Amino acid sequence: MRTSLLSTDNLIAHYGDFQALFGINFDIQESEKIAIIGANGSGKSTFLKSITGLLKNNHESIKYNGNPIGKSNPDVIAKLGISLVPEGRQLFQSLSVEENLMMGGLSMRTGHWNLERIYELFPILKERSNQNSTELSGGQQQMVAIGRALMSNPSILLCDELSLGLAPIVIKDIYKILPKICDEGVTVVIVEQDIKQAINFSDRVYCFQEGNISLQGDSEKLTQAEIKQAYFGIEEGV
Amino acid sequence: MSWIDAILQGTLLGGQYALFAAGLSLIFGVMRLVNIAHGDLIVLSAFIALVCVESLNLHPLLSIFIVCPIMFCFGYALQKVILNQILGKDILPVILVTFGISIIIQNVLFEIFSADSQRLLSGELDTLSLKLSDTLSIGWLPLIAFLASIAVITSLQFFFYKTKTGMVFRATSDNSEVVELMGVNRNHVFALAMGVALAVAALAAIFMGMRTNFDPSVGPARLIYAFEAVIIGGLGSLWGTLAGGIIIGVSQAIGANINPGWQVLSGHLVFLFILAIKPNGLFPKTKD
Repeated sequence: MRTSLLSTDNLIAHYGDFQALFGINFDIQESEKIAIIGANGSGKSTFLKSITGLLKNNHESIKYNGNPIGKSNPDVIAKLGISLVPEGRQLFQSLSVEENLMMGGLSMRTGHWNLERIYELFPILKERSNQNSTELSGGQQQMVAIGRALMSNPSILLCDELSLGLAPIVIKDIYKILPKICDEGVTVVIVEQDIKQAINFSDRVYCFQEGNISLQGDSEKLTQAEIKQAYFGIEEGV
Repeated sequence: MSWIDAILQGTLLGGQYALFAAGLSLIFGVMRLVNIAHGDLIVLSAFIALVCVESLNLHPLLSIFIVCPIMFCFGYALQKVILNQILGKDILPVILVTFGISIIIQNVLFEIFSADSQRLLSGELDTLSLKLSDTLSIGWLPLIAFLASIAVITSLQFFFYKTKTGMVFRATSDNSEVVELMGVNRNHVFALAMGVALAVAALAAIFMGMRTNFDPSVGPARLIYAFEAVIIGGLGSLWGTLAGGIIIGVSQAIGANINPGWQVLSGHLVFLFILAIKPNGLFPKTKD
């Protein structure tokens, strides 16, 4: 039996007294493309926060390459090779584009992603390298956020709501880039509200509903009706 | 001519205040920490310098090479062991704890050194002056202190904008949570920032000890001047802090020229006036 690259076992997460996740069982193999879909407040971002160490959990409930990381700090998890493109980009506003990208390289992991490769992937960023990150368009900021995450040479790239606040044409461009990243051997997990985009991109889909997994399966095999029911919690035709 | 002299002396004094404030500005900029014990940490540094000068028979300026590293390590440990544990969204625990540290430092210093005034004697440098005209001259010591403050702020500015660690400091100032996602240990960055801040405070303390008498109770007054300089300049702005220090220094000197009793009061009044018309300071850097 193959060891999962990343897995969670009965993952529970709280914000104070409020419970956001109710026993999530998730696993991902190397080089897989996973999409996590679900409505607002279904626990998708909380799940990513738990994996990246921003929310602390039971140590054994999250395993990376078979080793428990549930209580590890975010900097330790980043150095292990799990990188996050956060919701809303969250670039460092006082830093230039190039400095933002260099921040991603601080985890000191070796690999083939470097400034040159990022500029090849997103040529516009090279032209804007000395500009402040706040002067870029939303799409360009998203490119910086993806580039910054790639600079750490991750094994797993977690992308939280890539399409949030972006024009459809920009979203299309961003999703054209993702397969190129996967081709380099990076395992990609996207959290997305755009169901069509998520299904088209991924090998497997997890659907979250109120802190639980309401559906999981191969993207190609899931029917629209199943997804609709799992996403909204309603039967088709109701 | 006495007015020109007052402005000149006030400007030099402002350099001293800017040195008091630079560390305060740095730690607020990086981690939004308001350090109530900053003034007492300056006084603690001055007493450490006093011990070095007396026991090793050193010139006070040479004690910089001992006191600054000691205070860097002290700051690093203080942040790592105590302040990182309470740093969060609520500002109150930090204020209470640093207030407690301030009381502890004052009482320990009283216990060891008593309430007697002390001075770091620097020999000839105490009285050497540079004659600018028949009626105008400036002391070498205030001039050196002023130049040191410009050198420190220039160095900090270089450190922040031209080095990798400075880049991490700026990123931490922007978003300390996301910095951790880059593989950076936020607590280590905070501890480094406090170490640098207290090393600068130590430098300020040595110049303070050479220029004026000090005793364990003078820390809170230094803290107020430092706060005023930081707030006038704009929170988190280093050059603004220098401008703020100079404004306080010149205001005090002009006040003293009108009436010696007005020296301290006039500095506070100018601070209140600027706060009323520019609540975010003259050169604000941070948004919150």
